[in-house]
Amino acid sequence: MSAANLSAVPNHSPIGVGAPPRHHILSVLVENKAGVLSRVAGLFSRRGFNIYSLAVAPADESEQFSRITIVVDVESAPLEQIIMQLDKLINVVSIGELSPAEAVERELVLVTVAVGPTERSQVIQLVGVFGGEVVSVGADRLTVMLAGRPEKLDDFEGLLEHYTVVELQRTGRVALPKLDRR
Amino acid sequence: MQLTGAQALIKSLEMQGVDVMFGLPGGAILPVYDPIIDSSIRHILVRHEQGAGHMAEGYAMVTGKPGVAMVTSGPGATNIVTPLANAYMDSTPLVVVSGQVATGSIGTDAFQECDITGVTNGITKHNWLIKNVNDIPRVVAAAFHVATTGRPGPVLIDLPKDLANATMDWYWPTSIDELDLPGYHPVTLGDPGLVREAADLIHGAHRPVFYVGGGVLKARAAEALRALAERTGIPVVTTLMARGAFPDSHPQCLGMPGMHGHYTAVTAMQRSDLLISLGARFDDRVTGKIDAFAPEAKIIHVDIDPAELGKVRAADVGIAGDARLVIEELLAALAADGDTWAGQDLAPWWHQIHQWQEQFPLYYQDAEGGAIKPQMVVEQLRDAAPDDAIVVAGVGQHQMWASQYWQFDYPYTWVNSGGAGTMGFAVPASVGAKVGRPDRTVWAIDGDGCFQMTAQELVTAAAEQIPVKIAILNNAYLGMVRQWQEMFYEERYSEVYLSPDLPDYVKWAEAMGCVGIRAESPEDVGPAIEKANAIDDRPVVVDFRTDAFEKVFPMVAAGQSNDDIVVHPDQAAAAAAAKR
Repeated sequence: MSAANLSAVPNHSPIGVGAPPRHHILSVLVENKAGVLSRVAGLFSRRGFNIYSLAVAPADESEQFSRITIVVDVESAPLEQIIMQLDKLINVVSIGELSPAEAVERELVLVTVAVGPTERSQVIQLVGVFGGEVVSVGADRLTVMLAGRPEKLDDFEGLLEHYTVVELQRTGRVALPKLDRR
Repeated sequence: MQLTGAQALIKSLEMQGVDVMFGLPGGAILPVYDPIIDSSIRHILVRHEQGAGHMAEGYAMVTGKPGVAMVTSGPGATNIVTPLANAYMDSTPLVVVSGQVATGSIGTDAFQECDITGVTNGITKHNWLIKNVNDIPRVVAAAFHVATTGRPGPVLIDLPKDLANATMDWYWPTSIDELDLPGYHPVTLGDPGLVREAADLIHGAHRPVFYVGGGVLKARAAEALRALAERTGIPVVTTLMARGAFPDSHPQCLGMPGMHGHYTAVTAMQRSDLLISLGARFDDRVTGKIDAFAPEAKIIHVDIDPAELGKVRAADVGIAGDARLVIEELLAALAADGDTWAGQDLAPWWHQIHQWQEQFPLYYQDAEGGAIKPQMVVEQLRDAAPDDAIVVAGVGQHQMWASQYWQFDYPYTWVNSGGAGTMGFAVPASVGAKVGRPDRTVWAIDGDGCFQMTAQELVTAAAEQIPVKIAILNNAYLGMVRQWQEMFYEERYSEVYLSPDLPDYVKWAEAMGCVGIRAESPEDVGPAIEKANAIDDRPVVVDFRTDAFEKVFPMVAAGQSNDDIVVHPDQAAAAAAAKR
C-alpha cells in the first residue's frame, strides 16, 4: 500500500494556528452530574458566545466535581458577561479566570503519520527533538504523542506538514494558575 | 415511614405549603395522581397544559408564592414549555412537575417520551431528572428553594414513572445544606461601599429618575421604594412589569416608560442625568435604540442578578442585591447625611416634568356616536372596579391600553406577559390570579386574537367556580400587527383580519358555562360593565366591539431612539415644537 492511498487529512493546516489572539481561559468547577456539560455548552450557544476549545475531566478523587477548561475568544463577548451567566448555572460551583500570562497551559496531541522507509526515521527524530513519544507503530504509519504548551504543539504540527498526516487529534488545553514565587 | 415515590412527591409539595396546583393527568404521571385524592392540595383540572402553566403564573404573580403545575410526559410536558419560557422571561417562580417514561425506557423513543429537561434547559432556572426514588423530597425542597430565592424563576422536576411506583423511606430536608446545591449562592445585601457611592451620585444629580422594574415587586419592596422616593423627591417611572410597585396616583409617579410609555416617563428618562434602576433590566422595549438611550445619564443599577449589571448598559455604580434590602441600605446612607434633603434642588427638573405632563397627557380622540374606543372601555372598567381589583392582560394593543389607562395604586394588581409577549396569557392567568386572591375582583382585559388562543380555560373556570371577568377588546384584528402594517408597511394588511363575529363570543361564552354579554355602541359600555360586575357566581365574558382603526400612542418605533417618540397626531405639532 502506498502513501497515496491513505486518507490524508484534507487541506491540513495546524489547528492551533487559528488560536484567538485575545483568548482567555475559564477554569470552571462543576458538579459531576449528567447533563452538566450540555448546560454549559448550551449557555454559550444560547448567549452567542464562542468556545474555542474545551476539556473536561473529574477534578477530585470522589468524582463529585469536574473541571471544565474552556478557552474563549474574548472578542466574541465581554468576558465579565460570560462569567456572570456561567455563574448563574446551578451546577457551576466556581469559575476561575486565567489570562494566558498568569497561567500554565498544557495540551496533548496524537498524530498518525504515513511514513515510507526514509520518512520513518525523520519523524522519529523530530518527535525526539520535541520531547514527544512514538506510541504506536505500524507497517507504514506511526502514531506519535506530544504534550506541552499549545504553541509548542503548533510548531510541531507545522513541521509535520512536510509529511502525510493521516489523523490528528488535540485535546484542547487545560490550565491552572501560575504559582506565586514570593 | 415507607412511601411510594408518588406519595413522597405529593407529601413534599404539602411540606412546601402548596395549597393549590394546576394540571392534567396522563400515562407517565398517573401514579402521582392517585395520592392527590387524599391530599390537602386543591388540584385544578385544566383543559390544556399551557393553561396550567399560565394559571400557575397568575397565581404566583398575585400571591408571591410559587405557582405549581403538574403534567404528563411528552406532549403534556411540551405543552407547558411556553409558560416556562414566559415565567423565565418575567422571573416568576414556578415549580412544574412532569411525568417521564420509566427509567429503563429513557432514550428508546418510548411512547410519549420527550427529553423535557433538555428542551427546557434554556428556559428554566434549573431542572432535575430524578434518577433515584430517594431523591424526591430533596429535589422538591431544592426546586422550591431555587425557584423562590435570588432572581426567582421557573424550575422543572421530571419524574420517571417507575420511580413514582418505587418505595422509599420518608424524610424531609431540614436545612439548605441538605439540598445538594454547592453552586447556588444568591446574593442579598448590597455592598456598603457601592451603596455609599450611589447615595453620593443621588445627591449630585440635577435630573434624576427612579427607573423601577419588576424586581421591586419580586422583592416585596413597594413600601421601601415609596419611602425612598418620598425621602428624595425624585420622580418615579414603573415599567410594564412594575405597574403598581409605586402608586400611579402619587404626584411623583410619571407612569410607564418604553415603546408605548407615557410621554413624560419616556422623555424624563431620555433627558435624565442619573437613572437609578431598581430591579429593571434595560429591556429593548424600554431603552429603544440603546446607543441613543438617556445619553447624559449616569447609571446606578441595582439587581439581584449580577449578570444584569452591565449586560446592556454599563453602570457607573452596579449593586448586586435584593431590591428591598438595597433600598433600605440607600435610605440608611441618605439618613446618615442628615434629616433634610442634602441633594440638588430638583425644582427646575420638576418644572420641566410638569410642563411635559400638561402638554402630553395620554390622549385619544373620543368619537361621538361612533365606534367604541378601546381606551374608553378600559377607563370605564377602571372607574367601576374596586381600587384593589386585579387586572390581567394578554399581549398586544389591549395590553398597552390596559397598562396606560388603568390606575395602578397597589402592588400585585397587574398581571401580564412582559418579556416573552405570550398571546393567550390573559384567560388562564386570570383564573390563576382569582384562585390566588378569591377576595379580589379579577378583570382580564384581552384581545380577540389572544382570547381565541386559550379561551377553553373558561371551561375550567366555570367547572371550578372561579368567577373571573373577561373584557374582550374585539377589534376584529390582530391589532398590534395591524398597527405596524399600517405605519411601516404602507397599509398593506397581511393576515391580520379576524372578523368581529366569527366566532360569536357571546355564544362561545355561554357554551363554556359563562355569562356572555355584548356591547356594540358606546352607550352599551356602561350597562355591560354594570351587568358583568353584578355577577359573582360564574365567569363573565364581555364582547366589546371596538374601533379597529385605533392605534396605541405614544409609540417609539422598534430600533428608533426614544427621542423620536411618536405622539397622537393631535399632539404632533406640540411635540415637534418641544423637540426643537
